[in-house]
Amino acid sequence: MAPVLKVDPIPMVKATKGSTATVVVKATLPSGYHANTNKPTEAYLIPMTLKWTGGPLEMDTVDYPKGAMEKYSFSDKPLSVVTGQFTITTKFKVPAGASTGPAAQNGTLRYQACDNKACYPPKNIPVSFTVNVE
Amino acid sequence: MRHLIRAALIGIVALGVGTMACQSQEPTKKAVKDDKDRKMAPAFELKDSTGKVVKLADYRGKVVLLDFWATWCGPCAIEIPWFEDFQRKYKDRGFEVLGISMDDDGWKAINPFVAEKKINYRIVLGDDKTGDQYGGVEALPTTFVIDREGRIASVHVGLTGKKDFEDAIEKLLEAPAGKAADARPAGGGAGSADGARAESGPHPHGEGN
Repeated sequence: MAPVLKVDPIPMVKATKGSTATVVVKATLPSGYHANTNKPTEAYLIPMTLKWTGGPLEMDTVDYPKGAMEKYSFSDKPLSVVTGQFTITTKFKVPAGASTGPAAQNGTLRYQACDNKACYPPKNIPVSFTVNVE
Repeated sequence: MRHLIRAALIGIVALGVGTMACQSQEPTKKAVKDDKDRKMAPAFELKDSTGKVVKLADYRGKVVLLDFWATWCGPCAIEIPWFEDFQRKYKDRGFEVLGISMDDDGWKAINPFVAEKKINYRIVLGDDKTGDQYGGVEALPTTFVIDREGRIASVHVGLTGKKDFEDAIEKLLEAPAGKAADARPAGGGAGSADGARAESGPHPHGEGN
């Protein structure tokens, strides 16, 4: 059974036009599984990515979890992975011309997970929150 | 005192014999399913890197190691050199490895990997339909060892020991060849391999048979 990454609901964000806003995505992988970080150590591995694709805010930077170097039976070298609970922090710019009021900001979190003996196809899960532009 | 020592020694010996007896009663793991328990491997038609259609039925009369894998799968990369060895070692005895890549990026991802690993067996590009036919292949690697009659003789989900594959291949290659010639061709089966997968269900990441 492929592991399902659980993403906590993101509280509503208040954003002021012309300023910045920070959003933290909290996610949890089930016990016994790991997912590649955004910077996997091997070229063939699929990195974790968070892309914001729609909404009034403009993505500025995304800080991924550093993860840990862990050794698995299927790899000669330790791999850069996340396990359990982790966070991804996004800094947004709030455009001066953004529409006032609440709006949805949507994104996609892509990850690829394995356990000690098998790997599972990459998954894209929707991530969203409400931003209230003032 | 001597009685006590003697009693203790007898006890130790009895315990040892008992342990050995218990060990000898453990069921021996089978390399392949019994004949009566094998189900036909679902037929498929998939394309290789040249665009040529490859059917499982093309492998009629051969023992086939059918490996669902992907380039991003670390455990798959461990097994691939073993399969290359098997291909070299058993090809002349009526054996073939067939890799079904489940890479979403297709040949763009597969071709460089195949070149780098010098994979010496045929690779085809898989799809969800084929995965579903084989019981919903999700964990990679998932490997089926198929007998000369096109029936699934063993299923291995997740990284498996090389010897487990080799035992299964040897066992199937030793089976009388005449039997296969009269039998249904490999890939003659339709539907899904649910039955076969269900038997490996309790060992989601071990070696199912």
